[in-house]
Amino acid sequence: MEAYIYDAVRTVRGKGNNKGALAGMTPTHLAVTLLDELRQRHDLDTTQVEDLIMGCVTQIMDQGANIAKTAAQHSGYGNHLCGVTLNRFCGSGLEAINQAAAYVKAGFKDLVLAGGVESMSRVKMGSDGGAMAMDPMVAMPGHFVPQGISADLIASKYGFSREDCDAFAAESQRRAAAAQEAGYFDKSRIPVKDINGFTVLDHDENIRPSTTTEVLAGLDPSFAMMGQMGGFDAVAIDRYPEVATVEHIHHPGNSSAIVDGAALAMVGSKQAGERQGLKPRARIRSVAVYGTEPTIMLVGPAPASRIALDKAGMTKDDIDLYEVNEAFAVVPLRFMQDLGVPHDKVNVNGGAIAMGHPLGATGCMLFGTLLDELERRDLSTGLVTLCIGGGMGIATIIERV
Amino acid sequence: MEQTTIKNTILSYETDADGIGRITIHMTEQPTNLFSLEFIEAYVEAARQALRDDQVKGVIVTSAHRDFMAGADLKFIGNPPEDRKELFDGLLRMHREMREIEKAGKPFVAAINGNALGGGYELALTCHHRIALRKEGLKIGLPETQLGLFPGGGGTQRLPYLIGIQNALMIILQGQTPRVEKALSQGLVDALVDTEEELLASAKKWILDNPNPVQPWDNRKHRIPGGGVMTPGGAQTIMGAIGNLRKKTHGNYPGATMGLAAIHDGLQLPIDRGLEVEARYFIKAFYSPEAQNLIRTGFFAINEARKGKAKPKGFDTYRVNKLGILGAGMMGAGIAYVSAKVGMEVVLKDVSQEQAEKGKAYSHNLLQKKVSRGYMSEEERDTFLDRIHPTTSVEDLRGCDLIIEAVFENPELKANVTQEAEAMLEDDKIFASNTSTLPITILAKASEHPNQFIGIHFFSPVDKMPLVEIIVGKETDDRTIAAAVDYVTQIKKVPIVVNDSQGFFTSRVFGTYTGEGALLLSEGVPATVIEHVAKRVGMPVGPLAVTDEVSLTLALHVMDNMREMPDHTKRIYDLYQKLVQQGREGKKARKGFYEYPEGEKKHLWTGLNDLFPSDPDTLDADTVGKRLLHIMALESYRCLEEGVLRNTTDGDIGSLMGFGFPPYTGGVFSYIDYVGPATFVAECDEYTRRFGPRFGVPDSLRQRAESNQLFYPKKPVA
Repeated sequence: MEAYIYDAVRTVRGKGNNKGALAGMTPTHLAVTLLDELRQRHDLDTTQVEDLIMGCVTQIMDQGANIAKTAAQHSGYGNHLCGVTLNRFCGSGLEAINQAAAYVKAGFKDLVLAGGVESMSRVKMGSDGGAMAMDPMVAMPGHFVPQGISADLIASKYGFSREDCDAFAAESQRRAAAAQEAGYFDKSRIPVKDINGFTVLDHDENIRPSTTTEVLAGLDPSFAMMGQMGGFDAVAIDRYPEVATVEHIHHPGNSSAIVDGAALAMVGSKQAGERQGLKPRARIRSVAVYGTEPTIMLVGPAPASRIALDKAGMTKDDIDLYEVNEAFAVVPLRFMQDLGVPHDKVNVNGGAIAMGHPLGATGCMLFGTLLDELERRDLSTGLVTLCIGGGMGIATIIERV
Repeated sequence: MEQTTIKNTILSYETDADGIGRITIHMTEQPTNLFSLEFIEAYVEAARQALRDDQVKGVIVTSAHRDFMAGADLKFIGNPPEDRKELFDGLLRMHREMREIEKAGKPFVAAINGNALGGGYELALTCHHRIALRKEGLKIGLPETQLGLFPGGGGTQRLPYLIGIQNALMIILQGQTPRVEKALSQGLVDALVDTEEELLASAKKWILDNPNPVQPWDNRKHRIPGGGVMTPGGAQTIMGAIGNLRKKTHGNYPGATMGLAAIHDGLQLPIDRGLEVEARYFIKAFYSPEAQNLIRTGFFAINEARKGKAKPKGFDTYRVNKLGILGAGMMGAGIAYVSAKVGMEVVLKDVSQEQAEKGKAYSHNLLQKKVSRGYMSEEERDTFLDRIHPTTSVEDLRGCDLIIEAVFENPELKANVTQEAEAMLEDDKIFASNTSTLPITILAKASEHPNQFIGIHFFSPVDKMPLVEIIVGKETDDRTIAAAVDYVTQIKKVPIVVNDSQGFFTSRVFGTYTGEGALLLSEGVPATVIEHVAKRVGMPVGPLAVTDEVSLTLALHVMDNMREMPDHTKRIYDLYQKLVQQGREGKKARKGFYEYPEGEKKHLWTGLNDLFPSDPDTLDADTVGKRLLHIMALESYRCLEEGVLRNTTDGDIGSLMGFGFPPYTGGVFSYIDYVGPATFVAECDEYTRRFGPRFGVPDSLRQRAESNQLFYPKKPVA
């Protein structure tokens, strides 16, 4: 059985701090905004929707107690609609789609909504604690370091300079601004309105078309202090003794922005689509996850992609477009180096450096961006991949139908 | 009316007319007060009596020794019971009993009249108030991590309530024992007083003023200063502590990690459950091989050596009142300083008065630092300096009890000064050479009394390095050995005694470390990997950095003097020579394996990779680390087999203190036990195949491994 994608939408992304436009919008509200959108857009018979799977990383406070079921309940889809919240860190939004696809392919479910949500302004990243970083008996043998240190470690180990990363970041901003300007996002990017129907935000708040490498060159590295004072440079070198020093080259301008947002895809069987009168847009060819050494942490996209390609019986050249999450500039740079993929196939409309990375939602956002762009360019195949905390990578290959 | 109700070998308990009880700890069968389960039994008995007695309003806990309590009884720690569960149950019982006492509603005040360390301070933490005596040298704190342990008497659970997690971690993880003023400012104690009388009076007053005290950890309104574990501040503190602990220990000291874990896991719970968490980790840490290694070598062996265990039996104490030193260079000047420090008259002779004075100035500079910091008065400095007599006259050496020559490493020069100076010595006095490379037996040939000629090898800088390697020449007699040991203990350093051979023990074995570093580089292992991995396995300095310190030219010079060079030595030689040809002679030249830019941190020379092409995949880091340590252990075993070392303990001590072999291993021989003799031999065999015959295992070691014979068998339970 095939798993088809019928639609994929996302909210605009607001800056993830107290000044951000969406700070006053709860994550439940963001999720319900998209549930409403899909219902209206497709005149959906909501009784046919069997489950809501949502990724969310920081599952406490507003996002605690199963945000997916909370949104399902609040959506008016009906009491039958269940909800499950999952956490595969930054891969959560894509993991939700992959799980939905697996249910459909197995024949266990016919129509599932899958995506993710993260209000990083309301629920601070890392505020849910966790043994991986904090339990000495886990973190000490695990050589735990914060992700920014991992990103700087990748750059130091694989020879990417500050200039390389800044150039990539400026290009991400340029591509995102151009895509926004040209209206490429309009089809699937949903403005967020308040309870009165007043528009709160109708564009991606973080895009800075004015960004240049000269501007970026003036920013101070973000993780130097942490590396020194927290001892984490030494931890990284304990694991990677071939690295002379950890060069701290990442800063807010070449790392993903902290933002609020949600995304949602509709995944179903052929019959489910027919019953709803929907036309499938793409099918899921393959999915994969792969774990890597956890200290360097963010190099999983390439090996996960290789597995996904293998499972689909494809090679890297069979893929028309790639979306690689720009958690840090070095992540797509290392991905392109490792897999041997040209930049003009990767993140053609920019990425998280420009638009932001709402942790639990990003995977689904990249998925939707890829689908829209394949259609716009009338191309066939695409691969979405994200690096994930703890040393994981996730990848999904789609093919238009 | 004073009434003594308990008096035993551990403590006494008495009450006064005002209803103040006093527990005075005075262990009569121990050199000082030491924490043990027996102590707890006695303490609880006395405390319970006070609690039962309605007349008693509160209890002062103090000591009749110089120390309040100096820590745990390490005799017990060094010989732990086989049944771990029994010890665990004992700890839990102790916690229950101490909890009963602190919750009973009667004030207990620790009147800290001397050092309160480890278990001693943890006892004070169970009291409701801590008053300390302002006394020179009085220290308070929790040094347990220095022995591979962590505070297991409630310290990890109680201290954070008083001073916050971050401050408690500083004390606990770094094993800090601050002086009493600092202890007050850090909050380890509540008050300071100037006299013993005030100590008791203020304790008494506190009891009368605070009739029903509640411990912070029992007070529901009390918050841990700076927040608990699961607060943003607490989380950040713990994460940073983990990172910094690995930076410092590279994960080689599990006891410290477990102390941190006890805080992380336990502090989120009510105190009783927290103490249980602490006890579980403590038992694990206590029985860890790392802790047992540190206790055996780092504590017991070194302490015994310091007291002169190496001295041959049957000789009276040889007291050095007047010492002669030949050569006022860096070593001679250092020897003068450490000897004058303990009150010896020192004649410091050199060829020119200017040189001799310069040697004395070395002491002046060291002392001046103390004066400027207020640790020493100018009078004390001058009295000290008056004991050092710089001279050019050999006649001034008359009356010396010992002469140590510390002239250049030139056999002829040494022979000349020996003969000249020896003539000034009375017949029964001894003569020593501070050579680090020349055979004592050969130097002794210049002496009229080769039986009274010995090597006393100091390490540089002499005032900082505690180890002294005493080298026994072929003719050296036991009386001379005994005298040398006595001298070294007299200057409060740690003597080991080894027999004469090329490089003695420490230099010979350490040479294999620097050599192995060069060989790894020659095989294509990147220098960064070699240097980082050396530190990761616990060496203080990487082998290439050490070679720079020694200088490559000197290393080449030593090899030039070898009669024949084995293959691997030839490879080392070639490698050094390639660098020297590029003008990279070492640190002195500011160019060696490292670059030494002015005012900046040194860094590995970027040209190394062109000279010696390398690839991180050449060899896995674990093998790099093992090679560096295995080769030293193996060479040490050869020293033992050849009789250079007289016993394994001296080898362990010498390796720890002489060249920084990692303390968690317990030293070169303990290391073989630690790795496991069979594993060690199997790995050396593999390395022989892969890397060459220098890893060849002596037959006797192979036999030991086959029968799984340990150098330090687990002690049977007493």
